Amino acid sequence: MVKAIVIGASYGGMEAIRVLLAGLPSRFRIPISIVLHIGSNDIHSYLSMLNGKTAYTVKEAEEKELIKSGYIYFAPPNYHLQMESNFSFSLSTDPKVNFSRPSIDVLFETAAWAYKKELVGVLLTGSNSDGAEGLKTIKRYGGITIVENPETALSKSMPSSAIKEETPSFILDLKDIPEKIVELSGNN
Amino acid sequence: MVKSSLNTFFEKESTDTEDIELSLLLQACYQKYGYDFRNYSKAHLKRRVLQRLKRSGLNSISELQHKVLWEKDFYRTFLQDLSINVTEMFRDPVFYLAFKEKVIPDLSTYAHIKVWHAGCSTGEEVYSLAILLKEENLLSRTRIYATDFNKNVLEIAKQGIYSSKEMELYSDNYLKSGGKGKLMDYCTAKYGSVIFDKSLSRNVVFADHNLVTDGVFAEVNLVFCRNVLIYFDKDLQNKVLTLFSNSLTKRGFLCLGKKESLQFSDWEDHYEAIDKKMKIFKRKYISNG
Repeated sequence: MVKAIVIGASYGGMEAIRVLLAGLPSRFRIPISIVLHIGSNDIHSYLSMLNGKTAYTVKEAEEKELIKSGYIYFAPPNYHLQMESNFSFSLSTDPKVNFSRPSIDVLFETAAWAYKKELVGVLLTGSNSDGAEGLKTIKRYGGITIVENPETALSKSMPSSAIKEETPSFILDLKDIPEKIVELSGNN
Repeated sequence: MVKSSLNTFFEKESTDTEDIELSLLLQACYQKYGYDFRNYSKAHLKRRVLQRLKRSGLNSISELQHKVLWEKDFYRTFLQDLSINVTEMFRDPVFYLAFKEKVIPDLSTYAHIKVWHAGCSTGEEVYSLAILLKEENLLSRTRIYATDFNKNVLEIAKQGIYSSKEMELYSDNYLKSGGKGKLMDYCTAKYGSVIFDKSLSRNVVFADHNLVTDGVFAEVNLVFCRNVLIYFDKDLQNKVLTLFSNSLTKRGFLCLGKKESLQFSDWEDHYEAIDKKMKIFKRKYISNG
C-alpha cells in the first residue's frame, strides 16, 4: 500500500513537475510532497498555475500541518521540509544540505522514517547531487524509488548521482513516471 | 499539562527501534543533565543525532546514549549538536519593514521599553533590532534581554564579532529592511571579521535561559522569538507561548518567525494579528489571560 509520494527536482524541475502531475488521473488522491530548488524566490505564482492543472489542491506545506490525501505540498523557500511520525510536517531553518534549503535529502529521509515501506520517492532533473542519500534511505526502509532517466532528463547530474549511489527500483523517462506511480499504488 | 513524549511514542506502537532509542536518549539527557528535548520535533532531532553518530563513528543511538551519560565532554559536544544556531542579520527584511511601520509608533510612546529576545543564538538579530531601534532614536531607553540556553552561542553574541563573508548578504538585507544608513557604519572590519559597535549592546543583557525548563524573569513590552517554535511540538509550543504571554505587558507585542503562528494554539484568541503575514501579534485585553 502506497500512502505517500515524495518528489525532488532541481534545475528544469518546474516543467518536469508540471508534466508529471498532469499525467496523473484525476481520481488519484495519494498525498504528494515536493522539494523544488528554486532559491529564495516566491513560488506562489507557480503553485497557483499548477492548481489550475490538477485535481489536487496545491499549496505550500505549513508547520504542524497534517498530511492529507488530495493535497500536493511544496516545501516553502528557505526552509527544510520534514515529515514527523504522526504524518504531519515540520519545518526547519537548519543549515543548507547539499548547498540547498529546502533539501531533497531532508524530505526523503524523514519521509522514509515516517512512512517506511508505504512510500514512493521520485527524483527528477537537476544539476547537483541532492536526493541521492535520501533515496537510499527510502529504499532501506522498504519504500520504492524512481529516478528520471538521466539520458532524457533536462539536466542529468542529479539523477545520475542517485543511480551511482544506489540502484533505484525504476529508471524511467519522465513521460512514463506518472503511469508507474499509479500502477505501484494499485490505483489504475 | 505537557504530556511526556515517551508516552506519545508508545501509544503509536512504533516498531522502529531507532525511535525507541531516541526517546530513551532524550529521557536520559533530561534525567542526568536537566536539559529537556523530549518535546522537540522528532524528525529534526533524529537527523541531528544520526549526524553525530556518523561523525563520531558510533553504531547506534544506544551507544551514543552511553557516551552521553558517562562522558561529560561528549555530552557538551552533543548539546551543541542539538542547539539551533542558524540566524542572519535582518533575516526576512520585509518583517523589519512591517515592524517599523506597525510596532515602532506604539513603542515610541513608552518612557522605557523592555524587549525579550528569546532564543537569540549568536545574536545577529539582536544587533539588527538594536540598529533599527537606534535609527528610530529609541535604543537609549530600551533594555533588551537576549537569552539562549547555549552558553557558547551567547558568548559569540556578547562579542558581536561575525565573519565578514556574510556582510554582503547582511548589508543587502539591511537596505531592504529600510535601513537609514550603511550597515558598515555600525561595525569595524578586522582580519576577515567585523566587530559591531559596543554602543549597540550597551543596553543588552545576554543571559542563559532555557525556554523549556525556566520561567518568567521580567515583564516586557515585546517578545521577539523567530524560528524557534518551529522546532517544538504542539505541547511545548503552548507551554512556551504561555511563558511569553505571562511575560508580556497588557498590550505587549509578540513577533514570531514567518512560518510560525498562533493558529491552533491555546493562545490564538488572546492576541490580535497586527501583521498576519509577518507574524506580528499584539496582546488583547483579557482578564485572567
